Amino acid sequence: MVHISTLHYLVLGAALFLLGVIGVLTRRNVVIVLMSIELILNAVNLNLVAFSRYWQGIHGPAALHGQVFAIFVITDAAAEAAVGLGILIAFFRNKETVNVDEVNLLKW
Amino acid sequence: MNPAAPNPPVATPFFFYGLAAVMIIGGILVITRKNAVHSALALITALLAQAGIYLMLYAPFVAGVQIILYAGGIMVLFLFVIMLISIERNMKERQFNKQWLIGMVAAGALGGLFIAVYTTTTKGHVLFPEGRVTYQDMQNTQGVASLLFSQQTGTYMFAFEIASLLLLVAIIGAVVMAKKRI
Repeated sequence: MVHISTLHYLVLGAALFLLGVIGVLTRRNVVIVLMSIELILNAVNLNLVAFSRYWQGIHGPAALHGQVFAIFVITDAAAEAAVGLGILIAFFRNKETVNVDEVNLLKW
Repeated sequence: MNPAAPNPPVATPFFFYGLAAVMIIGGILVITRKNAVHSALALITALLAQAGIYLMLYAPFVAGVQIILYAGGIMVLFLFVIMLISIERNMKERQFNKQWLIGMVAAGALGGLFIAVYTTTTKGHVLFPEGRVTYQDMQNTQGVASLLFSQQTGTYMFAFEIASLLLLVAIIGAVVMAKKRI
């Protein structure tokens, strides 16, 4: 029987993080860029919860700091999604496009 | 596995690799699909699989929050916005930007960093915990709540209040951004 350790979860989180980074760096559609950011945040959450379980093994079941942090990250993700999509709607109203590389007003 | 635990987890590798495969395939579909709705559906699938992973890690409260907030709240918001903007025209356009090669190089460098970190060994051990911890969890939600709210152990009470302020700012910001004239 294969041994599923904390390291397995960390590697899975790293893989998800990489997928999110590739999405952010290569896609043009702002909606999909925002979804890739959600993927990145979820990879971080996975690491936090995996470390929380490991920490519980050392300090007892009440050491849930990683899970509390994951909840804060989820809160941040919700706030980020709301503001990001609001910006997206304003952007689409002004430029009639959702492609990130067509927004270059602030580009020097 | 701790034999003293009354309910030891069963078939952990099977569920872990199954859920991990669903998550990875979902992530790949998110960043490759042309239609944003398909991407959103793939992301929902990946997030639900991640909730399963949280259950495997004895984090039922975080798993519930994941399903309710991500799959139920944030993704509905995403789908709603996708419906508001016109995706038909966008689907006919180029989907990847001109910097995709540099982007892939940067992501490859990051991946190399991850591989280097996760395979670094000191005294024959990797830097990260290899051992598996199994314990019987009974009061996960109570534990999270006592860390968040309790007077004695409430380490994160102030952070919780700050988070509510952040959400208030986000609400106002979203309304200001999305409203045509204020």
